[in-house]
Amino acid sequence: MSTPRLQLTGISKQYPAVKANDNVSLTVQPGEIHALLGENGAGKSTLMKIVFGAVQPDEGEIKVDGKTVQIRNPHEAKAHGIAMVFQHFSLFDTLTAAENVWLGLDTGETLAEVTARMNKKAGDYGLQVDATRPVHSLSVGECQRVEIVRALLSEPKLLILDEPTSVLTPMAVQSLFNTLRQLAREGCSILYISHKLDEIRELCHQCTVLRGGRVTGGVDPRQESNASLSRLMIGAEPPKLVHREARLGDVALELNRLSLAPDGIYGVALSQISLQLRAGEVLGIAGVSGNGQQELLAALSGEDARANPGSIKLFGTDIARAGPTRRRALGLHFVPEERLGRGAVPMQSLAANTLLTRHEALRAFGWIDVAATRALAAKLIDRFKVKAGGPDAVAKSLSGGNLQKFIVGREIDAKPKVLIVAQPTWGVDVGAAAQIRGELLALRDAGCAVLVVSEELEELFELSDRLVVIAGGRLSPSVPARDATIERIGQWMAGLFDAKEMTAQIKEMSHVQA
Amino acid sequence: MFKLESRASPSTAMALASPLIALAVTVMVGVVLFLLLGKDPVQGLRMFFVEPVKSGYAWSEIAVKAVPLILIALGLALCFRANVWNIGAEGQYILGAIFAGGIAMQATPETPGAIVIVILVAGVVGGMMWAAITALLRDRFNANEILVSLMLVYVAEMVLSYLVYGPWRDPQGFNFPQTVTFAKPTQVPRLFSGLRINVGLIVALVAVVGMTIFLFRLFRGMQAQIGGLAPMAARYGGFSSRASLWTALLTSGGLAGLAGALEATGPLGQLTPYVPVGYGFAAIIVAFVGRLHPVGIVFSAVLMSMFYIGGELAQSRMQLPKSITGVFQGLLLFSLLASDTLIHYRLRWVARRTGTPAARAAS
Repeated sequence: MSTPRLQLTGISKQYPAVKANDNVSLTVQPGEIHALLGENGAGKSTLMKIVFGAVQPDEGEIKVDGKTVQIRNPHEAKAHGIAMVFQHFSLFDTLTAAENVWLGLDTGETLAEVTARMNKKAGDYGLQVDATRPVHSLSVGECQRVEIVRALLSEPKLLILDEPTSVLTPMAVQSLFNTLRQLAREGCSILYISHKLDEIRELCHQCTVLRGGRVTGGVDPRQESNASLSRLMIGAEPPKLVHREARLGDVALELNRLSLAPDGIYGVALSQISLQLRAGEVLGIAGVSGNGQQELLAALSGEDARANPGSIKLFGTDIARAGPTRRRALGLHFVPEERLGRGAVPMQSLAANTLLTRHEALRAFGWIDVAATRALAAKLIDRFKVKAGGPDAVAKSLSGGNLQKFIVGREIDAKPKVLIVAQPTWGVDVGAAAQIRGELLALRDAGCAVLVVSEELEELFELSDRLVVIAGGRLSPSVPARDATIERIGQWMAGLFDAKEMTAQIKEMSHVQA
Repeated sequence: MFKLESRASPSTAMALASPLIALAVTVMVGVVLFLLLGKDPVQGLRMFFVEPVKSGYAWSEIAVKAVPLILIALGLALCFRANVWNIGAEGQYILGAIFAGGIAMQATPETPGAIVIVILVAGVVGGMMWAAITALLRDRFNANEILVSLMLVYVAEMVLSYLVYGPWRDPQGFNFPQTVTFAKPTQVPRLFSGLRINVGLIVALVAVVGMTIFLFRLFRGMQAQIGGLAPMAARYGGFSSRASLWTALLTSGGLAGLAGALEATGPLGQLTPYVPVGYGFAAIIVAFVGRLHPVGIVFSAVLMSMFYIGGELAQSRMQLPKSITGVFQGLLLFSLLASDTLIHYRLRWVARRTGTPAARAAS
């Protein structure tokens, strides 16, 4: 067997509260696409940061091409031929793609030379990148391609990708896979971090599974099933959701040609969004992030109350200009995607955090009945099985999944008539995710109208009765979830809606302009 | 070597211990300072920590200084909790004194004593109006409140100078820049005969209770704080960040104005260009040393008053410059900010890294 490209032996890293990596070993061969599979918090990111030199291990040995090395910083990692594409891009919005790449190089090349090299690399690997466009005008997928091209310019022997598909449409995922396969054929090793089982089985040659910082398996994913991988990853198969037939009620929430100019220069304009949400159904909104989800959610929650009068109706009442408090009073509750800092105040206790959206503990003159807030927090902790130090624990001290259970629980417990949830299970472990999805379905069965915005298609297919897609600030027609296919949704995510619908919209827009 | 390591969660114990550590560091640096100046450090420390609390009279003097500090710092605590950086309490204090003085000047020996209430209310209004300028500019034009409030301090000083040198100057004052001495009924009633401490102390203590309730028991107070702590959460909750800004600035302006009114019609009894003595700035330190908590502020205000009086004593008895007070105040804030690091981080002793990973694994 040839010399392994990368060999980790007995890597451990202790953080104040958790042991992120515990005696982790893994081996990557040249030209191998090696998956690192694990739930959020399993230690994948820490391990990759160690390989990339961003974090120092407490124990263990790293060998690159058979030689023991110490990687003290990302610069040294690059010198060893290691490149990494992070989940969150480090690009300046105001510069062009080429300028961004140029800034990060210390090769003494001119901007023109770098641009030429970028175009060459992009051409070689079928990555469509316009190097001269400013980054703020690029889609998320394009930004990722810029990052990949940037990584490839250093001619890496090992390329690390952290959850690369979370921002891509299904079609873009396929073209990314083609690029990665080509790289692997040319001998570049790839470490592919993901928690998506299908992708790993399709793409990767080897798979190391992490759970709670330890390696729980090293397998060939092509020989495994989703169930067997998931057992390695979480120790059990996720419970199946029971999806009962929807009993539709009245129209709860109605959007009528909602258009909204962006709030800042990098926002997305909402254009002519119409939809009806009925009591007793779950409507899923799919889409690649940055296509207007944030803006739509803010307009629905009342955080952005600039919408045209009449464009948002709740049970027939016009709420387009109403603030969040009034909308909540009318039965519309919202779970935002950012838990810390938006859904909860980080430095305040869970008890105090109930007051953010729940006012049962308020007495005359706004006097806070502290005992009542603590009782409510304790009830939520108990009912939604939140692991927390009690009602007085500060929100920041909870893990992402437990805080999400608390926030979703706080809104569900308010007995909403309409519940809008953004990314219900983002960064939440599988067990908690299943619980949250179950609660959402139970709420729907109880007659609540539920709107879910998510970037995880699997989740939407599992939860929704109907699906729509948001792309470029416009909304696709809706389709019953059981009739939807990944291909069709994928096309819509790229902005290609039905031709009829498109012409109708174009007509409408030219009508407006005229 | 020592390594700073981030704590899993902020340490409550350290949050309370930090002011004490800061005080200890201040004392130590103070000792070094006295030695360098060729003064007896024991005597120096006596001036600051023993003499100011030796007798009932001394305590009364402490309280005279602590009252304005407490009042101003309470308002600043609300501001800072709401992330509104009001640095101009000194100006709001001056305006309070001016408004109060303007009313007090009208009084005659026959005026009923109830005029004191009118005077104090006028002081509150004056401070609020001055703070409202900052609030308006920030709200309307997004002007930086740090700069605006600070600059308005100098404007306030000029307004005061203009009045006492010009239209409000006492015609019988031998051309000194000062107003008439206010008539007897305007005087804030004293608590004990022979001591300068007056009902301002009671007002300040009521304000402490009031602010405690507002911050921790009233929804409005909580909303104001969330507006500063987590603006996105405030928006999500439906709380107005504008309301938070105005509440914070008007409250702190009003309290600073009240302090100015109490000072003008209490210990001073007339307006001079020397009304501002830096209480508005010292109160920033008081607020932080007191952990932005009303009860903590009482303790830190007493400490800061000791520095004031100690500085005066060191000046007269040890021939030290008066700026020694400012040095001690600065040292205290500086040490506090430094030791506050330990709330979020801890020091850990780590063995120096050895060359081979095996040796590290073994250790």
